[in-house]
Amino acid sequence: MKLDSKIPEGPLAEKWSKHKFNLKLVNPANKRKYDVIVVGTGLAGASAAASLGELGYNVKAFCFQDSPRRAHSIAAQGGINAAKNYQNDGDSIYRLFYDTIKGGDYRAREGNVYRLAEVSVKIIDQCVAQGVPFAREYGGLLANRSFGGAQVSRTFYARGQTGQQLLLGAYSALNRQIANGKVKMYSRTEMLDVVIVDGKARGIVTRDLVTGKIEAHSAHAVLLCTGGYGNVFYLSTNAKGSNVTAAWRAHKKGAFFGNPCFTQIHPTCIPVTGDHQSKLTLMSESLRNDGRVWVPKVAVKGLKASDATKIAEADRDYFLERRYPSFGNLVPRDVASRNAKYVCDEGRGVGQTGLAVFLDFADAIRRDGKKTIEAKYGNLFDMYKQITGDDPYTVPMMIYPAVHYTMGGLWVDYNLMTTVPGLYALGEANFSDHGANRLGASALMQGLADGYFVIPYTIGDYLANLPYEKVSTDRPEFKEAIQSANAQIEKLINIKGKKPVDQFHRELGLTMWEYCGMSRNEEGLKKAKKKIQDLRAEFWANVNVTGGAGELNPELEKAGRVADFLELGELMVDDALNRAESCGGHFREESATPDGEAMRKDDEYAYVAAWEYTGDNQPEVLHKEELRFENVKLTQRSYK
Amino acid sequence: MKITLKIWRQKGKDQKGAFKTYQLDHVSPDMSFLEMLDVLNNDLVRKGEEPVAFDHDCREGICGMCSLYINGRPHGPLQTTTCQLHMRSFTDGQTITIEPWRAKAFPVIKDLVVDRSAFDRIQIAGGYISVNTGGVPDANEIPVPKKIADEAMDAAQCIGCGACVAACKNASAMLFVSAKVSQLALLPQGKPERKERVEKMVATMDAEGFGACTNTRACEAECPKGIKITNIARMNREYFSAMLTSYEVAAGAGGD
Repeated sequence: MKLDSKIPEGPLAEKWSKHKFNLKLVNPANKRKYDVIVVGTGLAGASAAASLGELGYNVKAFCFQDSPRRAHSIAAQGGINAAKNYQNDGDSIYRLFYDTIKGGDYRAREGNVYRLAEVSVKIIDQCVAQGVPFAREYGGLLANRSFGGAQVSRTFYARGQTGQQLLLGAYSALNRQIANGKVKMYSRTEMLDVVIVDGKARGIVTRDLVTGKIEAHSAHAVLLCTGGYGNVFYLSTNAKGSNVTAAWRAHKKGAFFGNPCFTQIHPTCIPVTGDHQSKLTLMSESLRNDGRVWVPKVAVKGLKASDATKIAEADRDYFLERRYPSFGNLVPRDVASRNAKYVCDEGRGVGQTGLAVFLDFADAIRRDGKKTIEAKYGNLFDMYKQITGDDPYTVPMMIYPAVHYTMGGLWVDYNLMTTVPGLYALGEANFSDHGANRLGASALMQGLADGYFVIPYTIGDYLANLPYEKVSTDRPEFKEAIQSANAQIEKLINIKGKKPVDQFHRELGLTMWEYCGMSRNEEGLKKAKKKIQDLRAEFWANVNVTGGAGELNPELEKAGRVADFLELGELMVDDALNRAESCGGHFREESATPDGEAMRKDDEYAYVAAWEYTGDNQPEVLHKEELRFENVKLTQRSYK
Repeated sequence: MKITLKIWRQKGKDQKGAFKTYQLDHVSPDMSFLEMLDVLNNDLVRKGEEPVAFDHDCREGICGMCSLYINGRPHGPLQTTTCQLHMRSFTDGQTITIEPWRAKAFPVIKDLVVDRSAFDRIQIAGGYISVNTGGVPDANEIPVPKKIADEAMDAAQCIGCGACVAACKNASAMLFVSAKVSQLALLPQGKPERKERVEKMVATMDAEGFGACTNTRACEAECPKGIKITNIARMNREYFSAMLTSYEVAAGAGGD
């Protein structure tokens, strides 16, 4: 199968307009004859479901949470980028495009990224019209702030809760369509399979998480807006329920998986305190503007934050300032993360576990006064104190990197369609716009761009060629999918082994973090592959899933998700093994400059790795989509 | 730390529930409250017993999915969400009682999990501004005074967890409903529909079986996001002025 990205020909700035004109339309009166399934109600899913309902399609939307408002987009803090140039500081669509392509380390498509920048301006208009209370200046106009990877102020924000406000905006639009009868909402419902009829996605199979009932739903098209797979690492900043199940089961039905090894690891998270840890909390990156990152020059075992002042200035290693004198503590996320790992690997980490570095505000407080620091970071300092019990005004914070976002995902073309006709992937669930690394404040932009402004156009082109007839869920394809979903549940419940699901998940996470985390090499990845295979075999022989199938059963939900993570983990390792270059969040130790910095290999790896599932325990087949750069010149990043 | 847990166990919606007592002797003060329950649950699984069902998701205090009535207070002793509560807020040897949210409009699904879909239905009744995607004015076309935007944001921070209802002796949802009514009534974009909105949302709130507000302010005291009861005052004002000046709306009717 040849991968066709369907990027329109012609000048960059005209591609999307031209494409929109060439797309087929569905007559307004005929839209009601088409049913669309939307899985997931985060920014991408809620905005898509609402927009398609407004257009007249019949939408069925699904989420596993108790309400669509709880999708994990809600947790995004910082902001959303848009090339409004309200600040008159030289921003433009082209500049946002350029920053995003460069920030992604030249592993994203030019056409997609330009379109993202182009529609970014409309997103802000839409959200304001919905009543999103963005921050404003005294004159009543919208405020902006600057964010990593950009030299202009283009980030719109609602305090530290931008994701929450944007999601509640999309949720309100969704609610309006529910009220109008155009969207039927299924909460506490998890998708277990995609159903393919005559080569096209024609429905899904779900489990009602309260009653355990397995059901089939048919439609003319299926949209997966199911987020990222960071929880394959067990510990991440994702919500506990975030999972890969929908995307993975679609993958097993023929949707290629793009760049699975591209994960983003955020440098400023609160460190792990013990085995009980269930999740990691992100502290805004903005802290690195004033905090200085350091560890002792010579290892001090179990150094507490309260004893940090006992380490004399001369005995401290401000390792980011030392290695990167021009960017210092403000190097990009991947560089900051990797260097924290190195000093901890050397045994110089601090805290009880030795897996932390100090982020020290003492100098900033001395220089600017406590009041100024409080005004800038007060809420973050409070949050830190609440979680750790330490007061960052008097002792340094302790931070450590954590998995935050996955740039990889289902491969999609310019229309957001996967390799399965009629099956689309939006938002973090697809691989498309961030290349090998995502810039801050770009995830919200992409989720809403896909849902509000891309899919409403591109889905029409597909549906216009499809007959109105619905397919019946009595067809054998649906029956088979229901049967196999039931069979897996029965199997999980009947293993009755010794180990809780969480323990398998934690072990998988440790392997992924150790060998497929911030820094990767061939030997480690090969080891990881074997470990994951062994763990997967043990899982299917020794997992203990309590409770029954016909009731609310969180253990069963987790078991199904971990089963998929175990398979995805192996594919991530394969992808990381294949990509013997360092780019963005993917650092291969074999591909480094003599002083240990990342080295991209554009001649060999300027492609998207799209993996095809070929059967249980069969090696996946790699397909390459070459990336063509006609507008930007590829350069190596340097922060020295 | 050693703690004793008295937890409400209930097999299903229509079954009778009861408290069950558990001992945990390896609790770290650094654990979050939910991590403590994870530890309990993994112990139970190892013993072949069914773990305690509870709602949770983001574990960073923003999704609003976690609940729990802990020692007689929603979300426990601090004014925060349960997921942001840590075991250092309790003492060694303490007995902790954990119940689900108790309100007629929030029926128990299982153990500590309740059905809060009534909140969604109130939002569906009118918690939105009727604009379609596209065709809206430029974001800076209508200036909004900073003070107004800030006040709208204060109200908009509601996470829909239901602590206000759980805290109220009348199981009133006024704080929750008034937060959305306030946010949209304050902003110029929300003004065209302000009358119908408040009428529809209040009608649905009543139909769902939430109680009346008697100004005890328990909701405000327990709200993890600090939503103020001035929002309730604003909603009452909106409601009365709507009743006097607009047409009647059938209870629960949503849509355009």
